[in-house]
Amino acid sequence: MSPSPLVAHGLGKRFRREWGLRGLTLEIPQGAIVGLAGPNGAGKSTLLALATGLLAPTEGAISVLGRDPLRDPGVLSEIGYVPQGSPLYRSFSVADTIEYARRTNPLWDDEVATELLTRIDSKTKVGALSEGERARLALVLVLGKRPQLVLLDEPFASLDPLAGRELLQLLMDGVAETSATVVVASHVVADIERVCDHIVLLAGGGVCLEGNVEQLLESHRLLTGPRRPLGAVRGVREVVRERHSGRQLTLLTVVDGPIVDPSWTVEPVSLEELLLAYMAPERLPAPRTPEKVPLRWHG
Amino acid sequence: MLHVIEFHLDPRSGVATYLQIVQQVKEALRLGTIDVGDQLPTVREVVADLAINPNTVAKAYRDLEREGLVVARQGRGTFVASTLAPASLRHHDELRATLELWLESAATAGLDEESIRALISATLRESLARRVA
Repeated sequence: MSPSPLVAHGLGKRFRREWGLRGLTLEIPQGAIVGLAGPNGAGKSTLLALATGLLAPTEGAISVLGRDPLRDPGVLSEIGYVPQGSPLYRSFSVADTIEYARRTNPLWDDEVATELLTRIDSKTKVGALSEGERARLALVLVLGKRPQLVLLDEPFASLDPLAGRELLQLLMDGVAETSATVVVASHVVADIERVCDHIVLLAGGGVCLEGNVEQLLESHRLLTGPRRPLGAVRGVREVVRERHSGRQLTLLTVVDGPIVDPSWTVEPVSLEELLLAYMAPERLPAPRTPEKVPLRWHG
Repeated sequence: MLHVIEFHLDPRSGVATYLQIVQQVKEALRLGTIDVGDQLPTVREVVADLAINPNTVAKAYRDLEREGLVVARQGRGTFVASTLAPASLRHHDELRATLELWLESAATAGLDEESIRALISATLRESLARRVA
């Protein structure tokens, strides 16, 4: 198996007195499309800035494509990073912007860029593009580098659903073309649910859930039944969230076998529900990293 | 380019995306809408169309290949290798016509879509159970 394109060990970043991230250990599988989820302020942007060498770690280490982004900035030519808001030169035309990227990126691939950049007139000034077009242009600029690793920070934040879908199509098309590993930071699970096969959930500056999406969904079940004093339930390894409403009890659980007790209604969990349960401040479980999984091709 | 099959996704179904693709190919094979030699859309075409992970499409195609239903030809694409259409396929048109008549009378009797589905699946279940018994 290829080495992981992004590895962090005990990574921490302090801003004045506050830790933005602390004790973060992580290994992203090669070729995965990773959803980096978590509430605002969880440290998603900080992690991406550390991965691109824009910030220096206070403690611990991060390596991208097997290299240290601070000491070895050459690695940046193989990373495509789009910060929040897709900043571009507004007075440049689309063609100028592409030309600028071509001249500043040694690995620039005109063919990829031309093929992906459709339905945007190259004479238009960047400042006159719609939000969606600007986001697509920014993404084409990084895909044109044929990067091995693509890092996107809240790419859907300012887009309407249609523009968001178009951006996602462009991203997936680019991934099919370049086989890049992708990390998409988003606080809206629905935006990334469709594509990501691996999830990293940050909360309070650390990883609170990580793993292959399909395996996570397979190992969690929602149990509903009459309210009762809760002992051990056969088939349940861990209760992530417990909710009472009137006479009913709802448990979001990690299962390790069939639930035989017929008084429970057992249902699968959606990714959104799962992440919300792990994020919920009412009952935050201890940080855990599920078993290592066979990575790229899930299931 | 016009494709023999176009995939659609139901994100709320709870069925994994790759399985939905596998099921849709199998259903088309069963109904005879795609046949031996037909080319499935390329991974890139599906990805660009549905905005899904290319790994997911590749996985679905690999599953179909493992079952011997399709073959991947290097650099050319994925082609249907065998069919699931039963020999009874030639009766389908006639059966469909009878079914449509029945659906019309159900609608006239005031059944909505959900009641129709419920009635069909319950009847099917009972009839299968009787045949087994």
